[in-house]
Amino acid sequence: MKTGGSLLVVLVATTIGTVDAATIHSERSLYQTILVTRVADQVCLKFSVRSNERNQSCKDLRRPRRLVFGYTRMMLASLLLQPAPERILVVGLGGGSLPTVLSELFPDAAMDVVEIDPAVVRVAKAYFGFTPSTGMHVHEMDARVFGKRAARRGAHYDLILLDAFNGDYIPEHLLTREYLTETRRLLATGGVLAANTFAISALYDHESVTYESVFGRFLNFKMPDSANRVVLVRSGPLPSQDALTMRAKALAKTLAPYGVPIARYPGRMSSARDWDTEVRVLTDQYAPANLLNAPP
Amino acid sequence: MSLELLGGRVLAPYFGNSIYVWGSIITVFMLSLAVGYLLGGRLSLHAPSFRRLALVFMVGGALLLPLTLFAEPLMNWVFERIEDPRYGSLLAASILFVVPTVVLGVISPYSVRLLITETHHSGAVAGTLYFVSTLGSALGTLGTSFYFVLWFEIDTILSMLAVALLGLGAIAALLGRKVAP
Repeated sequence: MKTGGSLLVVLVATTIGTVDAATIHSERSLYQTILVTRVADQVCLKFSVRSNERNQSCKDLRRPRRLVFGYTRMMLASLLLQPAPERILVVGLGGGSLPTVLSELFPDAAMDVVEIDPAVVRVAKAYFGFTPSTGMHVHEMDARVFGKRAARRGAHYDLILLDAFNGDYIPEHLLTREYLTETRRLLATGGVLAANTFAISALYDHESVTYESVFGRFLNFKMPDSANRVVLVRSGPLPSQDALTMRAKALAKTLAPYGVPIARYPGRMSSARDWDTEVRVLTDQYAPANLLNAPP
Repeated sequence: MSLELLGGRVLAPYFGNSIYVWGSIITVFMLSLAVGYLLGGRLSLHAPSFRRLALVFMVGGALLLPLTLFAEPLMNWVFERIEDPRYGSLLAASILFVVPTVVLGVISPYSVRLLITETHHSGAVAGTLYFVSTLGSALGTLGTSFYFVLWFEIDTILSMLAVALLGLGAIAALLGRKVAP
């Protein structure tokens, strides 16, 4: 409490007189422009120079464990389908909040984190307090290549989190039927995959039919306060609404420090198709994801 | 250029979309074109004719078709043998694109030779050819990246390029008949 207080004083002192976010670090990496900004007690990561662009990841310095973003919290809904993962794969590091939470929740789990941009890894460590735990390995490489190599090694995961898309650019080769098929092979029996994807634009329909073509029915999870939706997939039958509610109750206390309103999640999940089922499936041959994601 | 852009798409499933994959592709295309230009110049020294130019177009077009058939197994073969995606993508790009690109590189210098009738026109003819070929590259780039990928599959676009080259070959053959019956 005392250190929290003095930290706050420092922050207030340094941000006094500034209404807009102060940029505390910016760099142009091989893949993107990385900006770290600070507003009052929040440090945020952005992948765009436009100031109105959404933040990618934020850390609340007063309550560092709290997950600031809706979609980050939503990704933890995967724990309703797989409450005790021993082998975890996280694709896309951002500020490192998801790997950090998972390593706190499951200290004995083996975790692979894949991030294409070495600069993002550096920034996560320097500005967001990301420290790879024991059992966590950060791989600086393309996720598609990592997945193919992992499959050849015969690797399997109980939990896979796909979070590789930022608001500006989608790596199109990570959104195709072939990639999802390769990723499905990495799922252990009962394993669960959660993907943070798009709730708006024409891409929503294409992405939905693509996921369904590989995994069959899946749980579509949306929250009213988020422009993202999370696709939840399980190797094996999907749990019933009752089972989800029971698990949410059991997890509520564990997830409370992270600000995850898990009890509200089961009611927001549905396996109903609310998309145009006639659109083309995205494949390695047909993958104009960025063009499809453009505003109409 | 259209082929070069598609090359990125073809390699991505095996070697990713990292900057070195583009580095591999651009390197392979530049080297292949360089060799093609040299070869085209040399070939133009020996009995140049529109008929032979037509043949070059058609061979170039035909060589694109294996890309639609054998790219997957070839890339898989490379992927299994080379761990480092830099050298993997360089080798795969070489196997896939060197031969057709060398053949396509032959076209420009060979055409210069055929179209030049007098020495003092040579600069103008070369200039026009550069103009046409670079304009074609620009349109190919724009069309492919803005529209074709939204409408067609990669293999369809490759087949369309092959058909276009075969068509140009046919035109060159017709010109050959007119010029030297």
